[in-house]
Amino acid sequence: MKVISVEGLKKHYRDVRAVDGISFEVNEGEIFGFLGPNGAGKTTTIKMLVTLLKPTGGNARINGYSITKNPNDIRNNIGIVFQDPALDDDLTGKENLDFHARMYGMKKEERIKRIREVLKTVELEDKADRFVKTYSGGMKRRLEIARGLMHFPKILFLDEPTLGLDPQTRRSIWNYVKRLNKKEKITIFLTTHYMEEADFLCDRVGIIDQGKILVINKTSRLKSMIGKEVINIVCSNAKTFANILKKEKWVESVKIHDSNITIGTREIEKRLPLLIRMAGRKKIEIKSIDMRKPTLEDVFLYYTGRKIRDHGASTSEQFKRGIMRH
Amino acid sequence: MALLNYQGIYVMWLRQMKRFIRTKSRIIANFIQPFLFLSILGLGLAGAALPGLPSGINYIDLLTPGIICMSILFPSVFTGLSVLWDRQFGFLQEVLVAPVSRLSIVIGRTLGGSTISLIQGMIVFLIAIALGVNFKFSPLFLLSFVFMILISFVAIGMGLIIASKMKSIEGFQFVMSLLIMPLLFLSAPFSTLGSMPALLRNIAFLNPLTYGVDGLRATMIGYSYFPIYLNLSVLIVVSVLMMGIGSYLFSKSEA
Repeated sequence: MKVISVEGLKKHYRDVRAVDGISFEVNEGEIFGFLGPNGAGKTTTIKMLVTLLKPTGGNARINGYSITKNPNDIRNNIGIVFQDPALDDDLTGKENLDFHARMYGMKKEERIKRIREVLKTVELEDKADRFVKTYSGGMKRRLEIARGLMHFPKILFLDEPTLGLDPQTRRSIWNYVKRLNKKEKITIFLTTHYMEEADFLCDRVGIIDQGKILVINKTSRLKSMIGKEVINIVCSNAKTFANILKKEKWVESVKIHDSNITIGTREIEKRLPLLIRMAGRKKIEIKSIDMRKPTLEDVFLYYTGRKIRDHGASTSEQFKRGIMRH
Repeated sequence: MALLNYQGIYVMWLRQMKRFIRTKSRIIANFIQPFLFLSILGLGLAGAALPGLPSGINYIDLLTPGIICMSILFPSVFTGLSVLWDRQFGFLQEVLVAPVSRLSIVIGRTLGGSTISLIQGMIVFLIAIALGVNFKFSPLFLLSFVFMILISFVAIGMGLIIASKMKSIEGFQFVMSLLIMPLLFLSAPFSTLGSMPALLRNIAFLNPLTYGVDGLRATMIGYSYFPIYLNLSVLIVVSVLMMGIGSYLFSKSEA
C-alpha cells in the first residue's frame, strides 16, 4: 500500500524553484530517504508534506488525504522531527512530551503510559525530569524522536535526523530509527545529505538535486547500476581517456570529475592491468588508482556530475561554472 | 478539526504559566520595578501640584493606576511578540503542525498573557496598599480587573500584529522604544490629561492606552477625565479589533 503519493509537487519562491515538480511514492512500512545536498529542496518537500507550507502546484496524498484539501486529517497521522530543534528549553523532557500529547488530544492515562513507553524507547527515562536546556545535542534529538512517536503516528518524518551529531551518537540514532521501523511498524520518510546514513537506513532512496528527483530505486539496486565494482583513477588528459574507456565493452559506466575518472565494472582484478596498459599506449600518466565497492557517493556523482560532500547547491553551482570556464 | 480545542488552549496557557513561574529573576524584577516607581516617583513628588487634581487625591494615588497599566503593558506586548521567539527557536513548528486550530493557539497564548498581566496588576496593587495609596473600594472597583484584562488584550493583539510583520527578534528593541514607550507616555500615566498641552492631549485621545489608564483611575481612585462607560467601550472595541487582526495575521503565518 502507498502511504505517501506525490504528484508534480512544486514550490516556487519568486524566481527560485525550490521544489520543481517532483513525483514519487512511499510504501507502507518502508524507510524511504531523500538524498541530496543542502538547498536541494528536501526540507521544503517535507514542510509541504506535513502541511506547514502550501505548495505552488501539484499535490500529495498522505494516507489517502490530500495535503491541500484535508491538512487536518493528515496532522493526526504523522510525526515529525524537524531539522532544527523544536523543543521548549525551559520545560523538562517530560513536560515537552506532555505538551505534545495534550496538543494531540490524548487522555490522561494514555498520556502517562505513552510518555513512559517512548522515553524507554529512546533511553531517556532517567533524564525525563531535567530541563531540556541541560540536554546534549544527541539527547535533544532522541527526545524529539520520542515526541514524534507520542501520538502513534503511521508515518514519521525525519528531516536530517543526525545533522551536527558526533559519529557515535549518529550510530545510536540510526539504531533507534531501524528498531522503530521494525518494532512499531512505522513508515519512515527521511532526508539526509550523508551517504552512509541513506545507505545504512533506507530501503529505497531518491536522489534529489536543485528541486528535481534524478533517480529513485532500492539502495542496493542504485549501487549495482553503477557496476559491481568501481575503479577511481586520477590521471592527465582525463577527458580523452574517459572517451576511450567509454568505447570499451567491459566498462559499465564512466564519469569524470576534475581529473578523476570513476569507472564501474566487474572482475576488477582482470581489468586493472588492461587499464594501465591502455593508459601507457595513449601516453596518459596515471597518478593514482583505487578500487572499491560502489557507494551512494558514486551514484550521486554519476547522476549529478558532482560530489555531494562539502558542496551545498550554491557552491556546487559555482564549482560547475568554474569547470566550464577551464 | 474543531474550531476550538480546549485541551490545546489549556496547554498553551499552562506552558506560559510554567515559564513565568520559573523565571525567578523576572518575578523579582516585577516586584522591584513598580516599587521603585511608586516609592521614589510617588512619594518623591508627593508635594507636586497638578492642575485639575482634586484635593484628597495625592500624586501617588494618581500614579498607581498608571504604573499598573505599565506593568501590564510590557509582559502583554511580549506575549504577542513571543511568537517571534518561538519561531527563532523552532518551537513554533511543533505548535503549528499539531492538529489544533490556529485560533485555539492564539486564545491559549492570550489567556496566558492576560493571566500573567493580572498577577502583575495584583502585585502593584499590593505594593500600593503597603505604601498607603487611597483606593476607593466600591463595587466599581471590581471593574478595574476588567480594565486590566482589556489593556492586556489590546497589548497582546498589538504584539501579535508586530510579530507577524517582523521576521526576526533583532527588531524587538526598536519596537519597544519607538512604539511601546511613546504609547505608554502618551497615555498620561504620570500626570493628568488635563495638565497636558493641547496638542499632546489631542494625540493622547487617539491612544487606546489613555482610556485604559483613565478607566483604572476611575475604578480605583474615583478620579477620571472621561466617564467610565466611554473608557470601557473604547477599550472593548479596540481590544476586539487588535485581537481580531492579530489572530488573523497569526493564522496566516508559516513556520
